[in-house]
Amino acid sequence: MALLEVKDLKVRVEEREILHGLTLTVNEGEIHAIMGPNGSGKSTLSHVIAGKPGYEVTDGEILFKGEDLLAMAPNERAAKGVFLAFQYPVEIPGVSTMNFLRTALNAQRKARGESEYSTPDFLKKVREVSKSLNIPQDMLKRGVNVGFSGGEKKRNEVLQMALFEPSLCILDEMDSGLDIDALRIAADGVNALHSPKRAMVVITHYQRLLNYIVPDIVHVMSKGRVVKSGGKELALELEASGYAQFEDAA
Amino acid sequence: MNVAVAKTGNGRAVSDLFASAAGRLPGSPSVIAVRREAFETYERLGLPHRRIEEWKYTDLRALVGEVLPLAAAPDAAALKRAADAVKAHAIAGARKLVLVDGVFAADLSDLKALGSEVSVKTLREVLENKANPAAADLLQTISSDAVISLNAAMATDGVVISVADGAQPSAPVQLIHVATASSASSFTRSHLRIGKGARATIIESFVAAGKTSAYQVNDAVILAVGDNADAAHIRLMDDSPDAVNITSQFVTVGANTKLNFFNMTTGAAVSRLQGFITLAGEGSELSVNGVNLLQKTEHGDTTLVVDHAVPNCVSREVFRAVIDDRAHSVFQGRIIVRPDAQKTDGKMMIRALLLSDEAEADNKPELEIFADDVSCGHGATAGALDDSLLFYLKARGLPEKQAQALLIQAFVGEAIEQIADDDLREHVIGIAERWLERRQ
Ligand SMILES: Nc1ncnc2c1ncn2[C@@H]1O[C@H](COP(=O)(O)OP(=O)(O)OP(=O)(O)O)[C@@H](O)[C@H]1O
Ligand SMILES: [Mg+2]
Repeated sequence: MALLEVKDLKVRVEEREILHGLTLTVNEGEIHAIMGPNGSGKSTLSHVIAGKPGYEVTDGEILFKGEDLLAMAPNERAAKGVFLAFQYPVEIPGVSTMNFLRTALNAQRKARGESEYSTPDFLKKVREVSKSLNIPQDMLKRGVNVGFSGGEKKRNEVLQMALFEPSLCILDEMDSGLDIDALRIAADGVNALHSPKRAMVVITHYQRLLNYIVPDIVHVMSKGRVVKSGGKELALELEASGYAQFEDAA
Repeated sequence: MNVAVAKTGNGRAVSDLFASAAGRLPGSPSVIAVRREAFETYERLGLPHRRIEEWKYTDLRALVGEVLPLAAAPDAAALKRAADAVKAHAIAGARKLVLVDGVFAADLSDLKALGSEVSVKTLREVLENKANPAAADLLQTISSDAVISLNAAMATDGVVISVADGAQPSAPVQLIHVATASSASSFTRSHLRIGKGARATIIESFVAAGKTSAYQVNDAVILAVGDNADAAHIRLMDDSPDAVNITSQFVTVGANTKLNFFNMTTGAAVSRLQGFITLAGEGSELSVNGVNLLQKTEHGDTTLVVDHAVPNCVSREVFRAVIDDRAHSVFQGRIIVRPDAQKTDGKMMIRALLLSDEAEADNKPELEIFADDVSCGHGATAGALDDSLLFYLKARGLPEKQAQALLIQAFVGEAIEQIADDDLREHVIGIAERWLERRQ
């Protein structure tokens, strides 16, 4: 079943069109990789899906589980199961990671009409998940991402993903800033979440990540469009030949 | 201001406000003479207005207009309503002293539990003691400010607390001001003394009983902290949203002493806290934290003068204002460093968070430095919530208001975290959370 359907999406930022009619369908259980040169619009697509303000959709639509995603507020999208692991997670001083995680998780559950987690249940869950991702407990006492290294910030994104159990996970350059061990741990975390009901969209510049998270479909984005889609061998091809061949196609 | 004028026996004009309160104002004839003089000063000056520099941003003539008649002494029904309010606002573990409509309520207070280390008298009791020739000193006006003169003239009661030298009372004292009379005013004055080497926490709470509305509070506090003491002074003004609260505080700090002062304003349509803190002994550390949480059309003014009169003291002031709707926050912080006060270390930081386009913040930090070997500084910023942080929280499932609430709590947290006592800090956080819930 189609989880995410992006149809002929045109998006402007500050009067400039960035996405020029992008189409992408992600089915339940699938892992998609999106690759493409800097500035081709990968983060823009992920932001529009998550509902970041400042983007004007001038044409096209996005359906999530058949519903009009663009009509929903960002928090409604999150509660419905959309999760974006940001390329650049922000720092939120004064809000402890633990408090943030609990508030967010319970807000999502409340929006879905589910009961809120009790404190012991929540703590148990966080402890389990953070342990599997090699995240020390004292990091969770600090302000959200405050003073975290680049790699720690990325791991914190994966931690949230594991905790919130979304049905669509978009990972925007999860691999940038991670050392080799951290990359494997984070990728294991992502793979552990993989299920027949859950889909992943992995945005990356490097074929290496795709050795760990093996995609079903690889898309090449260039200049605001998907210009080619194929199997995982497409990533290897790109690694060898670069994006030049697609610049003209776009 | 109440402009109706009555002639008194000696032919002098005194307005209704004072004349009709005559039977309610405690004191021997000499005390009454002091009151009369103070009232005349007030009459001559009238309520402060914008042409008086210190009141530039808080024009009481425009914002308040007139002083309401004195609230009646609370009857049994009023005391019962007050008891409910006290229950709702009491801090776990604290010893309560309760003033209802400006009158000490012994039955609602924990006088017995205070023990011998903390002596408590009522202002009324001291003023009525004919054997005390210095009673009138308790009504000193200290400055030429009209609201302070008015307070001296009209104060019906208050508490006179003394924490003995070296005492370390295990529980904080919570002075709760409860308003039960709508459309009336109350005037209170308290004298607090924390002895040498003592360690104590005194909290003041201002609250309304039930739906008490449109009342006015004029309070004065004179606090003296002795040498080598460690004191916390917390003021939580959570009056009803259409009330007026004008409070003047005079604080002197001895040598080698630590004083943490915290004020939070979450109530009243119009409020002003004016504090005058003098560091009078060397080697002391003063920490001042102020939070204004304002919504609707509330006007909240915190004006503090920290006077470094002697060398080698440290003062740290952190002010945070959160301003919603069409509310108006004023922070005026002045640091004075006297010529002798070398090695003074004084810092002040004011930050305002504007939650609406119509919210207004007047932040005025000022330094008056007359010594040359000092380290002083101040800063002031005003801005909106950071959109990128808000989006991050929303993308994780928090609805707009909840995302804002989390960031607002973080913003004021830096000031609230200075409160060391856990129960007290939780109480303060609770008041801030209720303020957040009232936002719409
Ligand atoms: N807020 C903005 N204002 C103006 N231009 C923007 C804004 N956000 C994105 N752009 C532009 O849109 C284009 C696409 O940016 P985007 O961040 O989506 O690229 P990307 O594919 O994620 O690149 P990278 O691989 O470097 O992360 C770029 O040219 C960028 O400069
Ligand atoms: Mg990007």
